[in-house]
Amino acid sequence: MSDPATSREVRSGGWTGAVRRYAVRTLPPEKLLPDTQPAYMASWIYVFGVLTVSALVVVVATGCLLALEGPGWWHVSSVGKYVNSLHLWSVELFMFFMVIHLWGKFFMAAWRGRRAMTWMTGAVCFLASVGAAFTGYLTQQNFDSQWISGQAKDGLNAVGIGAWFNVLDFGQMLMWHIVLLPLALGGLTGLHVLLVRRRGIVPPIDATVPTPGAVEGRL
Amino acid sequence: MAMAAASAERVLAAPVDLNHTGHYVHWGVVQISVANLVVVGLMVLVFVAAVLLPFPKGRGRR
Amino acid sequence: MKPLSRRTAEPESAAFPTRPYDLLKEFTIALVVVALLTAGLAALFSSPDDKPVTLAAWSAAAPGDFTATAVAELGATSMTAQYGPPYNDTPGAGQKIGPLGLQRAAGVRIPVDTAEDFVLRPLRQAPEPAEVTAALAAWSAASTDRQQTWTAAYADALGKAPNGDPTQVAPGDYGPVPALAGRLLTLAQAGGLDGQLLAQGHFYQTDYTKPVLFLADGTYLAGLADGQHLSGDQWGMMNETGNYPGQAWLWLYTFWYQIDPFKSSTNADALIWALMAVLSLGLVLVPFIPGVRSVPRWTKVYRLIWRDHYRGQR
Repeated sequence: MSDPATSREVRSGGWTGAVRRYAVRTLPPEKLLPDTQPAYMASWIYVFGVLTVSALVVVVATGCLLALEGPGWWHVSSVGKYVNSLHLWSVELFMFFMVIHLWGKFFMAAWRGRRAMTWMTGAVCFLASVGAAFTGYLTQQNFDSQWISGQAKDGLNAVGIGAWFNVLDFGQMLMWHIVLLPLALGGLTGLHVLLVRRRGIVPPIDATVPTPGAVEGRL
Repeated sequence: MAMAAASAERVLAAPVDLNHTGHYVHWGVVQISVANLVVVGLMVLVFVAAVLLPFPKGRGRR
Repeated sequence: MKPLSRRTAEPESAAFPTRPYDLLKEFTIALVVVALLTAGLAALFSSPDDKPVTLAAWSAAAPGDFTATAVAELGATSMTAQYGPPYNDTPGAGQKIGPLGLQRAAGVRIPVDTAEDFVLRPLRQAPEPAEVTAALAAWSAASTDRQQTWTAAYADALGKAPNGDPTQVAPGDYGPVPALAGRLLTLAQAGGLDGQLLAQGHFYQTDYTKPVLFLADGTYLAGLADGQHLSGDQWGMMNETGNYPGQAWLWLYTFWYQIDPFKSSTNADALIWALMAVLSLGLVLVPFIPGVRSVPRWTKVYRLIWRDHYRGQR
């Protein structure tokens, strides 16, 4: 593992230097923000990852707009109601794109080649999103929230979770919905995207690397 | 002020009212709302289209 | 050199021929498209917002149901009173996954005494007419057995009255129960009970556990939900009020409730949660599950996705 060119640098910079070297080694700028992609990446199915991230951005942004005026705003203001509608429909789009992304990655077996962690973080993102959407329904302060919390408590209580995670506690659910779950989902999404950048786009099943001569000849 | 609020109300009112009684499809043990069915159907349709539609190649290879 | 894996190692993606690609441009276009789609859908369809049911609205619309529920809370026969953990310690209550009783293991962490919390304390805290003071005194002086005989008899009589109407109950020995239930109904109809169940000694409050539990013990809320196709046996978890799409992604979770052995099990919630936990873990671990991880190879959808590549290889 010793590289004479960097051996002097290895000792410099303390923790900070070590972290910087690790970051640059694992994700050099041209990997982090590439301006080329493998030629086999040629299908519309590839746009659903970036569409999912885009929808998440809109979900968070519209959630922030709702936060500006507080949880009761959208019941009494037509502008608030529209912002709430933006939040709802961006979530519908987010789940829509995410599920198509998941189907696509499944049928591509995109976990091949040391990409299992990418799949796993993505799957956990999906589960966290279901939880985030659920707590959103609980914090609407309307008939839905009353009914859904009354029903959902039984499942959570039956396995002991309800004793701590009380779906009937509006304050607790609002905190989960606007702090804890967005943080978790945002962090996981960031990690997921960085893993994609680090490992690169998964090659087609059974693909072999073309020999350099053949590549030049073909292109 | 009241007029501004009223005009905001008018501009922001949804032209399609989905607040009527929901429609449901029953199929054996399966019960699903037409709204959910439309969403799921669109998802399948978009997935199939994404897989089948040719991806533009005009960006030039290198 | 990497250690040899069982299969031929996947080649690095960087080793393949490339084409120009603008990551940030694609992201920007996607963001604009999604923002426009969102704005359009929101403008076109708005969002559902059915008003919550207050205790005042419930007691006014269905005084019979409200009174029957109040009597059940007082006699400790309601759903909440018999619930077990985390609300109370009803012997034998609590679901199990086989021998594993997680519900009981978690303990009573959100204590609810339905008679005290839903009926007696609100009555004591409100201005007390003389007959209510007397009724409260008679109630607390009686033995538990006596109290339960009264509530059972009154619940029975309520059930036989036309529409469960408390004003048309046949005379009988119900002790102080009619006076207590009648006063609670008056309080609820005046809107006082909504605040009392919530405040319970606080000024600020964010916890709606008690009012929702009380409300959910009646049949009024469930009736409204059933009309909106939101009940558990209607795949209700997936559904939304009106014609809006709901949480369609809960299809598998709500599906299990529709079939045996879960449908008829008293441990359905616990069993289905356990099953969904296992299936969720399965989704996360797909890359490692033999058979499942090979489905993409068998289905050959990938041949369509990468058809340009495979055509080029031939």
